[in-house]
Amino acid sequence: MRQGAKIEKHLCEVCAAKQGISAPGASPIEELMGKILLTPGAPGVVPVKGASCPSCQMTFAEFRQGGLLGCPQCYEAFEAQLTPLVERAHEGGAQHAGKAPKRSTGGDGRAAQLAALAERAERLRRLQDELKQAVTREDYERAARLRDELRQASGAGPVGQPGTGGQEPSR
Amino acid sequence: MNAGEGHEGGMPPGEGGPDGGREGGLRPIQGHELQTEWLRGQGQDTDVVVSSRARLARNLAGQKFAAKATKAERAQTLDTCRSWLLQAGLADRIMWVDLHEAPQLERMQLVERHLISKPHARGKSHAATAEGKPTDDPRGVAISLPDERLSIMVNEEDHLRVQVIRSGFALSECWRAIDEVDDRVEAGLDYAYSAKFGYLTACPTNVGTGLRISAMVHLPGLRMSGDLEKVKRAAADMNIAVRGFYGEGSESAGDFFQISNQTTLGKSERKIIEELERDIVPQIVEYERIARRMLMQKRRLSLEDQVYRAMGQLQNARLLATEECMQLLSAVRLGVVLGMIKEFDLALVNQLTLLAQPAHLQKFMGRELDQEQRRAARALLVRQKLTVK
Repeated sequence: MRQGAKIEKHLCEVCAAKQGISAPGASPIEELMGKILLTPGAPGVVPVKGASCPSCQMTFAEFRQGGLLGCPQCYEAFEAQLTPLVERAHEGGAQHAGKAPKRSTGGDGRAAQLAALAERAERLRRLQDELKQAVTREDYERAARLRDELRQASGAGPVGQPGTGGQEPSR
Repeated sequence: MNAGEGHEGGMPPGEGGPDGGREGGLRPIQGHELQTEWLRGQGQDTDVVVSSRARLARNLAGQKFAAKATKAERAQTLDTCRSWLLQAGLADRIMWVDLHEAPQLERMQLVERHLISKPHARGKSHAATAEGKPTDDPRGVAISLPDERLSIMVNEEDHLRVQVIRSGFALSECWRAIDEVDDRVEAGLDYAYSAKFGYLTACPTNVGTGLRISAMVHLPGLRMSGDLEKVKRAAADMNIAVRGFYGEGSESAGDFFQISNQTTLGKSERKIIEELERDIVPQIVEYERIARRMLMQKRRLSLEDQVYRAMGQLQNARLLATEECMQLLSAVRLGVVLGMIKEFDLALVNQLTLLAQPAHLQKFMGRELDQEQRRAARALLVRQKLTVK
C-alpha cells in the first residue's frame, strides 16, 4: 500500500532481493532441495522406477514432485535414494547426533542408546577442544573449569573415557 | 473450540473487555493487559534481539505424515495428540484451539502472535473465507497461558510442531524448556525415530534433531548503513537462514529478521545452539551496534530527524498502512534503544507491532474492517497508545 493505492509487484527473485523482498521458499536450502529433488539425473539422484513405500505406497517420483515424504517408513524404503539428498541438504550430515526418544519403541531402543552415547562423546570432544584452546590462550582459569567439567563428564559412563570415541556410530 | 478438561476456549486473556458481545464474539484488546512473552522487551541484548525461539518437528510412529494421511486419519491423530497434550502437564494452563472450527480472524490473530504458521491457519483446502465456517482439515494448536511461551501445532506439515519462545536473547533457555516439554510429550506419544536419520519428519530438510532455533533481530542500523545485504550473504554462506517477521517465505517488516539454523542432521542440538548463540547471533548483534554507533557519530542529526519524524507521524497520522506503521515503529524502537525517546518503553513498541496487524486491529475495534477502515483504525490505535499523559 502506498498513498492509498495497492501496488502489486511481479518481480523476479533477483529484483525482489534488490528490493529486500524475499520470495516464498527461495531460501538456499529449499532451493537446493528443490533442484536436487526436481532435476532428473541430478548428481546423487538414483532413479528407481516403480519403487514404492510398502507402508504408505508413496513412490519416490511422488516425493520428488511434492518434496514431502508419505510416512516414517519412507526413510527406510527410499534410504539409498534419500541419503545423498539428505547429505547435501545438511552440509554433509548423514548420521543423526543428539537427542533420542527415551522410550524404546520397537527396534529403536538400542538406537536411542547409541545416539545418547554419541552425544556424550561429542560433548567430551567439544570440551577437550575448548580445553586445548584455553591452554593455548593461557586462560588457565577457564582451563581449570573445563578440566573439572571434563572429569565430571568422563565419569558419567563408558564413552566418557577419553580416547574411546570409537563407540559413536560411524559417519 | 473444543470443550474438555484442562483447557479453555476462547482467545488468550488480555483480550477481554467490558464492551464485548459484538458480532462474531469479537472483543477489543487492551494492549497493556497482554502478557505475551515475546512482547515483554526484557532480557539479554533486547536493544537488538526481540525474542528467541526453538521449534521441534515430531511425528507419531506408524502413522502417515499429515499431507499423505486421509481426513479420517488426521482426525485420529488430532484426537490422540490433543488428549495427551492436555493432560501431559506441559504448563499450568493450556488452551486448545481446533483450527478447522475457529473463525478466520481468530486464526489470523494466532499467526500475528507467532503461535501458528500461515499454512496452519489457512489449512490444506484453502476453502475458508473471512466470515464463513472453514471446511478444511482437522488440525489444532495447544498454547500455554497466559504467557504464550509454548505452542504446539498438531497436523501442520508434521504431526507435532512444538515451539518455545522467550523475550530477548535466550537460545539455551529456549532449548532447555523445549527439551523438557519434548520429554513430557514423548512420555505419552510414540515418536517416529531412526538411529540413522534421527527424528523422522515429512520434509527431509528437518530430519535429525528436528530443531530450528532462531532469534528475531531488529536491524535498522544495518539497513541504514547499507550493510544488510552483506550480513545476509555472510549468513547464507554459513548455512544460516535470514527470514522475515513471520518466518518462512515472509517479508521483512520494520527491519525485523529471523536468524535460524538451516541444517538439522549430523549436529547435536547443543552444537546447533552453540553456533548460533556463541558465534552467529552475537556477531550480527555486534555489527548492528557498530552500525548504530557510526550513525550516532556521523549522521546524528539525520538519525534524530528520522526518529522524531516517525514519532510525530505515529502520534498524528489519521491513516496508517501496516507496512508504513511497521517502518515508523522500527525508527521509534531505535529511538527508544538509543535513549532519544524516554517516555515510552520497548514493551509498548513491541505491543504496537502486534496490535497494528490486521487481525488484532479488527479485534481491537470489535468488528471486521476493510483495508481503508483498517488504516484509519490503525492510526487511531497508535495515536491513543502514544499519547503522552
